[in-house]
Amino acid sequence: MIGLQHYLVVSAILFVMGVMGIFINRKNIIIILMAIELILLSVNINLVAFSAFLGDLVGQVFAMFVLTVAAGEAAIGLAILVIYFRGRGSIAVDDVNRMKG
Amino acid sequence: MIQTFAFCLFAAVVILSGALTILSRNPVHSVLWLILAFFNAAGLMVLVGAEFIAMLLVIVYVGAVAVLFLFVVMMLDIDFAELRSGFVRYGFFGLLIALILAGELIIATGAWSAGAIELANRTAPISAELSYIEAMGALIYSKYLYVFEAAGLVLLVALIGAIVLTHRERRDVRPQNISEQVKRRPQDAVRNINQPIGQGVDL
Repeated sequence: MIGLQHYLVVSAILFVMGVMGIFINRKNIIIILMAIELILLSVNINLVAFSAFLGDLVGQVFAMFVLTVAAGEAAIGLAILVIYFRGRGSIAVDDVNRMKG
Repeated sequence: MIQTFAFCLFAAVVILSGALTILSRNPVHSVLWLILAFFNAAGLMVLVGAEFIAMLLVIVYVGAVAVLFLFVVMMLDIDFAELRSGFVRYGFFGLLIALILAGELIIATGAWSAGAIELANRTAPISAELSYIEAMGALIYSKYLYVFEAAGLVLLVALIGAIVLTHRERRDVRPQNISEQVKRRPQDAVRNINQPIGQGVDL
């Protein structure tokens, strides 16, 4: 029978994978943003699993808020990416030094 | 039995597609694997009876966020092979961090299942008399109304921010100037003259 533990394991694996994605794709901001989405997805799985197995609806309400913030973050992040590419012609993270002064 | 099978299927596919998201050579493939991961995560949520969040996941993540990613990836002309240099060098470091994090998570889960944390209190217990979506709506629109409004504000700020950031003023076109058009009155624009016969029009 599937219990809470199984869900926690899946979400932990997904979370760790997202963190690893940030490190191994250090230069590519698009993949880094996708890895952040993976991390937020694993958080959502965690919230929903706890909510369902402990019989408390609040977890799902907060999963919805996490979803909202993730959508906003993706929109703003991609907008910044687009204007950065327009100005530089590249999206390599190592080139981001404009605000050094 | 069928539940166990479905869980195993969804969990395996979500983990596999998560791995392929971060390992794919082509970012377009990455986005497609990400979409698969979202669909299967929605499946996992349906299995525990959270249909609303599952639908939200499909609509918001797959319908909006992933498509946004796809647009941006296809719009920008980027040499992705160059961006992948240093994959192995950072890979080792990333693996190390990931293993440490995984160990911490396992320890945390173990501590929780050993009964170290009291989780008996329920803020909004799931009751049998209200249907799932009804209970969810009652909770959002009463107890968490202000948080819900704040979420709407976050989306509004993100919307305006994205437009302000990416909008650019173009110099080589002549756009419509609406205030100029509205300000124009007939007496400024039209002139009645008694044109004499046989003479040119005086402009």
